[in-house]
Amino acid sequence: MTAPTDRPTDVQSAISAFIETRTRTTPEPDVDIFAAGGLSSLFAMELVVHLEKTFGIAISGADMRLDNFRTVDSMVGLVTRLGGRVDA
Amino acid sequence: MTTEPITVLGAGVMGVGITALLAGHGLPVRLVDTAPEQLTRAPGRIRQELRTAHLMGALPPDREQGEVSPHSGVSAARGARLVIEAITEDTGLKKAVLSEVSAQVSPGTPIVSNTSSIPIDELAEAVRHPGDLIGTHFMNPPALITTVEVVRGARTREATLDAVRGLLREVGRRPVVVRDAPGFVTSRLLHPMINQAARLVQEGTASAEDVDALMLGCLGHRTGPLRTADLIGIDNLVDSLWVLLKRTGDEACRPCDLLLRKAADGHHGRKTGQGFYTYEESAT
Repeated sequence: MTAPTDRPTDVQSAISAFIETRTRTTPEPDVDIFAAGGLSSLFAMELVVHLEKTFGIAISGADMRLDNFRTVDSMVGLVTRLGGRVDA
Repeated sequence: MTTEPITVLGAGVMGVGITALLAGHGLPVRLVDTAPEQLTRAPGRIRQELRTAHLMGALPPDREQGEVSPHSGVSAARGARLVIEAITEDTGLKKAVLSEVSAQVSPGTPIVSNTSSIPIDELAEAVRHPGDLIGTHFMNPPALITTVEVVRGARTREATLDAVRGLLREVGRRPVVVRDAPGFVTSRLLHPMINQAARLVQEGTASAEDVDALMLGCLGHRTGPLRTADLIGIDNLVDSLWVLLKRTGDEACRPCDLLLRKAADGHHGRKTGQGFYTYEESAT
């Protein structure tokens, strides 16, 4: 049974929803959200902290590079690889 | 290169940011603040600054981080290679601390005041050797913005200027040296502009988001004036505007009601989690 809720139930929708709130645009999964300009290092760091908190992961070392946060797809890849879960 | 530590006075936004820049480039730092809670919070905030710099590829690879030691008194300036003062933007407070510092260090030790608007030659009245005093105006975050405004006071010695230029190059910054004046170049241009942007929001012409969107999209501004206000710290911005108004008489520098209200309400921007925007990261 699917719970009738507005809350995203998978990693991809959770990430998309966050970006939508922060940038007021709906991100295409494979489009570089930083390419258009206007998004800063501050926002990149917000993404890092948000992913860590939301999915219960710790991002460090070689994973800490902007390329991992450029698209929804790359963020989903990172979260999945680090074992993140929506209800973490 | 000498390995003597650099002493940074003030563990606020800029003191922490400058410390992160120096430590991230392998230099040892003594970080001084008289408020214990600031010193307690500093390691976490330095770590956050360094993480952001790491994320953006702004740190030299394979360089061991410099040690940062916490200190509660100005005596930590003794024996330092160079002292950077980054306390509250208040002429009286800065003078008092600079005076204490100059009593601790040997003549010839560069004393750097990081200020966004106070003329260096005014501050030089407080130190024993005015030739050793110079100004910098780092932008926030120091580890990510590669250009630094350097302010040469009327009495600043050439050797002091050379030492600061050398240090900045060592940490990958590009110094641009300007003459002493209230607000120098960057604040004299930027602060009245941010004030005006806030006034537009106050008058209902546009939302903060839309003011920034226009400055970004139409005029090529990198951050937008109001997000920049949040990054500077609205309390500090208001302090600087008063400094500028008092010294230039330019009414464009009189802080508008919206800025004053935010400063009074503790909505100081990124560092408090709320300013013109809300910040999730500050909640941690």
